[in-house]
Amino acid sequence: MRDRICCALAAALWLAGPAHAQGYAGLGAEAGAEFAIPRADTSFDFPADHFAHPGYRIEWWYLTANLEGSDGTPYGIQWTLFRSALAPSRTDGWETDQVWLGHAAVTTPDAHLFDERFARGGIGQAGVAEPFDAFIDDWSMRSTGGDDPLDRIALTARGDSFSYDLALTAEGPLIRHGDAGYSVKSLEGQASYYYSQPFYEVEGTLSLPRGDIQVTGSAWLDREWSSQPLSENQSGWDWFSLTFDSGAKMMAFGLRTDAEGTHFTSATWIEPDGEATAYGDGAVTLTTLETGEVADRTLPLRWRVELPARDLDITTAPINRDAWMGTSFPYWEGPVTVSGSHAGRGYLEMTGY
Amino acid sequence: MTRTAIIALLSHWRRHRLQLAMLLIGLALATALWSGVQAINSEARKSYDRAAATLGQDTLDRLSAPDGVTLSEFVELRRAGYLVSPVIEGNSRIDAARLRILGVDPLTAPPQAGLAALAGDGDVLADFLGSEGLLLVAPETAAELDGTDLPPRRIAADLSPGIAITDITTAQRLLDRERLSYLSVWQQQPAGLPPLESATDLARTTPEDGTDLAELTDSFHLNLTAFGFLAFGVGLFIVQSAIGLAVEQRRQTFRTLRALGLPLRRLVALLATELAAFALLAGTVGLGLGYAIAAALLPGVAGTLRGLYGAPVSGMLSFDPLWALAGLGLTLAGTAVAGGQALWTVARMPLLAPAQPRAWAMASARTLRLQGAAALVLLTLAVILVVAGGSLLAAFGSLAALLIGSALALPPLLIGALRLARPLARGPVGEWLLADARQQVPALSLALMALLLALSANVGVGTMVGSFRTTFTGWLDHRLAAELYVTAPDEETAAQVREIAATDAREILPSASVDLTVAGQPATLIGIAADAATFREGWPLLQAEPDVWDRLAAGDGVLINEQLYRREDLELGAPLTLAEGWRLPVAGIYADYGNPQAQLMIGNAVLSDRYPDLPQLRFALRIAPDAAPALAERLRQETGLPQQAVVNQAEVKAISLRVFDQTFLVTGALNVLTLGVAGVAVLTALLTLSGLRLPQLAPLWALGIRPARLARLEVARTLILAVLTWALAVPVGLALAWVLLARVNVAAFGWRLPMLYFPAEWLWLAAAALTAAGLACVWPAWRLTRLPPDRLLRIFANER
Repeated sequence: MRDRICCALAAALWLAGPAHAQGYAGLGAEAGAEFAIPRADTSFDFPADHFAHPGYRIEWWYLTANLEGSDGTPYGIQWTLFRSALAPSRTDGWETDQVWLGHAAVTTPDAHLFDERFARGGIGQAGVAEPFDAFIDDWSMRSTGGDDPLDRIALTARGDSFSYDLALTAEGPLIRHGDAGYSVKSLEGQASYYYSQPFYEVEGTLSLPRGDIQVTGSAWLDREWSSQPLSENQSGWDWFSLTFDSGAKMMAFGLRTDAEGTHFTSATWIEPDGEATAYGDGAVTLTTLETGEVADRTLPLRWRVELPARDLDITTAPINRDAWMGTSFPYWEGPVTVSGSHAGRGYLEMTGY
Repeated sequence: MTRTAIIALLSHWRRHRLQLAMLLIGLALATALWSGVQAINSEARKSYDRAAATLGQDTLDRLSAPDGVTLSEFVELRRAGYLVSPVIEGNSRIDAARLRILGVDPLTAPPQAGLAALAGDGDVLADFLGSEGLLLVAPETAAELDGTDLPPRRIAADLSPGIAITDITTAQRLLDRERLSYLSVWQQQPAGLPPLESATDLARTTPEDGTDLAELTDSFHLNLTAFGFLAFGVGLFIVQSAIGLAVEQRRQTFRTLRALGLPLRRLVALLATELAAFALLAGTVGLGLGYAIAAALLPGVAGTLRGLYGAPVSGMLSFDPLWALAGLGLTLAGTAVAGGQALWTVARMPLLAPAQPRAWAMASARTLRLQGAAALVLLTLAVILVVAGGSLLAAFGSLAALLIGSALALPPLLIGALRLARPLARGPVGEWLLADARQQVPALSLALMALLLALSANVGVGTMVGSFRTTFTGWLDHRLAAELYVTAPDEETAAQVREIAATDAREILPSASVDLTVAGQPATLIGIAADAATFREGWPLLQAEPDVWDRLAAGDGVLINEQLYRREDLELGAPLTLAEGWRLPVAGIYADYGNPQAQLMIGNAVLSDRYPDLPQLRFALRIAPDAAPALAERLRQETGLPQQAVVNQAEVKAISLRVFDQTFLVTGALNVLTLGVAGVAVLTALLTLSGLRLPQLAPLWALGIRPARLARLEVARTLILAVLTWALAVPVGLALAWVLLARVNVAAFGWRLPMLYFPAEWLWLAAAALTAAGLACVWPAWRLTRLPPDRLLRIFANER
């Protein structure tokens, strides 16, 4: 029951494909006129832009980490805070229009544990507070110091059967995607503000049903906000955040339509020193190599990702193919390994399946 | 052969269409009343379950505090990781209707029913959370709220009526309340958290097992069920006489068929099949009728249950196939019982038995003696049950024994009465009339029993309801002695109210209340102005110590309501624990009709000493009655109190009486229906007899009495029997009323009422009985007047 209610809510978020988003408070494929719209000529103002932008309809703080136990077992964690505004007004107290949604997950080679939280903004149950604390209930992404609040982060979440407590330290600069952070999402010009911190070193503890596990690894934070969801004919996307053994990193995504499959791609190549190069539509190609049944749907399991400009031709494979987020709005999100021209690891998100 | 037999058997019904109609009507009516009552009961039960399940109130723990939960307490628990969800609950008076408002936070609400209408529809959810708000209500509640200036409504079919689920912000606005009523606790909490109790000072309560409503209302439904059975039984009387007659009249056919080689077993099988087919046909029609009856009565029943028990029952009827099957099953079983004797007769009939109908159902003196003995046993059992048994079941058992016993006693008593009346008869015709009536009693006995049952049920229930209403009205006058009742939202307004009222009101009687658990049951403790003359002089208590009011004022005693007194078997002076370390003796007992819960009263000052933080927000104001409306208006204007916060005594009384009258609407309707069925039973029996009686009437006709006079005599005879039956029904009805008032009410509701008599109603019933019997015999009598002389002549000529 509640799941379906929350599904309606989740549909308000950008996560939702247009099929779901349409008709949500009339905010489906088009932004309400009163919401602010991303513009190509704005530049970020940090740390202010680490905080919420209530004038925009949707926003998220999206962190994924590839971790390793002392025995070499690979793990993945996800920590996400979504903000969705029903209207760009009424920001305080119970009567707020800001709705928050948290997703957290731990993926091991043989298990995928996840949970979600909903909250109303304006009453102190969820939000992003000074100096920097993005939180919902007792889940939190909190600054523990540094020049930029995001330099050092304490990350916690707790679900039905898991919890984690991780310390993150940024070893590189913030990365702006697209045109200095203005990231185009369709040929029609839908866009968002989008930056990342892909250089986190991580250490901490995962509490799993079988006991606590000390882990180390790397993490990637995505920050994105917009008022424009997908274009009307887009049905979902496939999103990669990859870290190669060379120290280089790559973000790549492909947006799909029902008719054509992947039809719009975008990528950012990040050198180990943080120098970033954006690639527009068509530069990167995504090809499904193998599909399989996951949660009663057919999902791509292995992908071929090619970026000829960087002589990149790789294959990704999931650490646990069942990394299905059976949340009120369901999607696949899990750690992957990378082989081919470049070896490495990363995270993959697939929505709209 | 079988086909021929079927045609031959069925041809009887073609020739006796009226008889067929009676059989079918009897079966249909019996099914209708029974299944109607069942439909009502099951609908009510469904409503209780649904109400209990609304917002998981039947399963989820709650965190609460006496003065409500604050927003920060909620947020602190969430930030500590606990899954709790806020609820604001309160009543809002909208015109006359009371609406229970449940404000929830759909974002944190646990998985539950009640929010289904929000599912999967983003627009609705946005409206729900939006600034205008949205109320989820049952269809009938939506209709009741039509035209009010409440937020927009959305129909949620699975909600109980009288409840509106809305967003917490909307509830805060509608109830003008900031604090949360309680926090619902999710059953599954996240891993690794310390126990919830260690994280908060709020009190955690676990819902009790079972639905209280179902228990509370059991007696009411038992009542309805008893009525349903009564009606079913009355209906079966009709069926029995119709089937018995049909078998008697077809003796010739049976003999012929058997002589032609139809095996006995097949004949009986055919007759049984015929009966089963009739039962199915009539049962189906009866189910339709029953559904209609239930649909017509359900709103009244729903009103009753809401008024009497606060049970939210839907006024809408849904169709349940299981109910239909059960109804048909019962009809078949009933038909089998009613027709069993007739089939047995056929099975035992010698092949070449004389094909003459015996004087149908002429009972021997032995049968009468047996009936008398059985009646005596049953009536004795009724007395024993009433004296010895204290339970509701014993009370109803006693009622059943009383009714069946009286019914069995009817034929011997009637015959006795007619014998006694013999000296009163003048002339041979008069003597013949009495003798003939006596001789007819066994044949008519079943129909007359039905009439007796219906009449005594009417007298009994009428007496109970009348007694109740008279007592209730008197009680209301005392209980609502003050002219105005004011409820202030906060202490500031309360002070204002005192100030304004002080100028005009003779007395200002403040009161406050706390909810407690006394003797293991939820109870309300009310602080009253025990010094006030209004109470001291104007309130008759059921039992009290001589200095009861002084004791209350001094905190040396407590008043308890009759319900608590009877349930806990308390007595004056018995110590009662109100709270830990607080024991007071019972100083008095007061009547508290219409309240299912335990209630206690104590001096106001005593209560404030005990609960210093308890605000005094309610006032009863004594004022000259004609000055009351002006003061009410002033209070509303100067303090900004809403309409419903200042209530006139007259309004309260009107509402209470309306609730009361609705309570017994169903009972009244079922009463009338049962009487109607009894009327049909009498008609069937008379029609049956009219054909068979020709041999008895022919000699009188031959002696020179004209058919018209014969018809008048027939009518007179029926009326005499009806009057005698009524005369017996009155004492039986009064006994019934006594059991209802002194036993059933006490066991079911916890109060005992004085029994009052309403002779005017008995006379009215006599008229009804005479009309029913009169109408029933008009048709057979009229047929008698139209009888061609040759039919009567033939009686002599070819005496069968």
